[in-house]
Amino acid sequence: MTRVVVEVMLKPEILDPQGKAVQGALPRLGFEGISDVRQGKRFELEVDGEVTDARLGEVRDLAERLLSNPVIEDFRVHVEERA
Amino acid sequence: MGVVTFPGSLDDVDARRAVAIAGHEPVTLWHGEPDLRGVDAVVLPGGFSYGDYLRCGAISRFSPVMAEVVAAADRGLPVLGICNGFQVLCESHLLPGALIRNDHQKFVCRDQRLRIENNRTAWTSAYDSRAEVTVVLKNGEGSFVADEPTLDMLEREGRVVARYLGGNPNGSLRDIAGITNERGNVVGLMPHPEHAVEALCGPGTDGLGFFTSALAQVA
Repeated sequence: MTRVVVEVMLKPEILDPQGKAVQGALPRLGFEGISDVRQGKRFELEVDGEVTDARLGEVRDLAERLLSNPVIEDFRVHVEERA
Repeated sequence: MGVVTFPGSLDDVDARRAVAIAGHEPVTLWHGEPDLRGVDAVVLPGGFSYGDYLRCGAISRFSPVMAEVVAAADRGLPVLGICNGFQVLCESHLLPGALIRNDHQKFVCRDQRLRIENNRTAWTSAYDSRAEVTVVLKNGEGSFVADEPTLDMLEREGRVVARYLGGNPNGSLRDIAGITNERGNVVGLMPHPEHAVEALCGPGTDGLGFFTSALAQVA
């Protein structure tokens, strides 16, 4: 099995109230110097067999249709190397 | 008039009640059945379908009933999505844009004044042009967003159906509370007209017009 990771982030121009809430909590914990926090999602897909270009294409299709909403989000797909 | 129940729908019962008060026969539709049971119009109710997992409306979009709703909407069937239903319509690409978390990060629940900007849709024909109405607003992810060209297109084509009055409650761009598709048969609305159909409970009966409009449409 190979792990394919899909990371989904709100587009830079879309307001992220959750990230703002997290950022707002940082000074209370004594963290300084963090000017912005954006919150996203990470999906780990365990793919059977070899991860071919065609298989990665399917994952990208899945990421575009279901895992992300292209109106407000961008996504990145990468194969995770096992140590 | 059909009202879809998804797992996690909350306002399907109120929507069916509003449908009946407006003089229609309410028909229960189930998310898992690809069957619209011959209805003349469909309401997608508010709530938290599929627990709002992934994104609000994202899983519902792929439910068996939605394939039928999308196909029927493309043929001109009147479809009204309220709150979570609006989110489902955006995720289904029946309406442009998306709904994200309120800019102030809090759930909002209050009586809300709206202006009906477009009374030529299947769901707003009972209202006077630029009518001001009060219905219930309750959402956590009700902030309507779209890119500037899309917003300009919606304005230019008169596809903004309703706008918030008296201050923006959730950060929606251009105070947009509801929009329609090109044909005017599909309407998405963040506030809840189904909670404003009886004088006894709720802020009045201003919401009834959404349901009687559709009656005129299908009669």
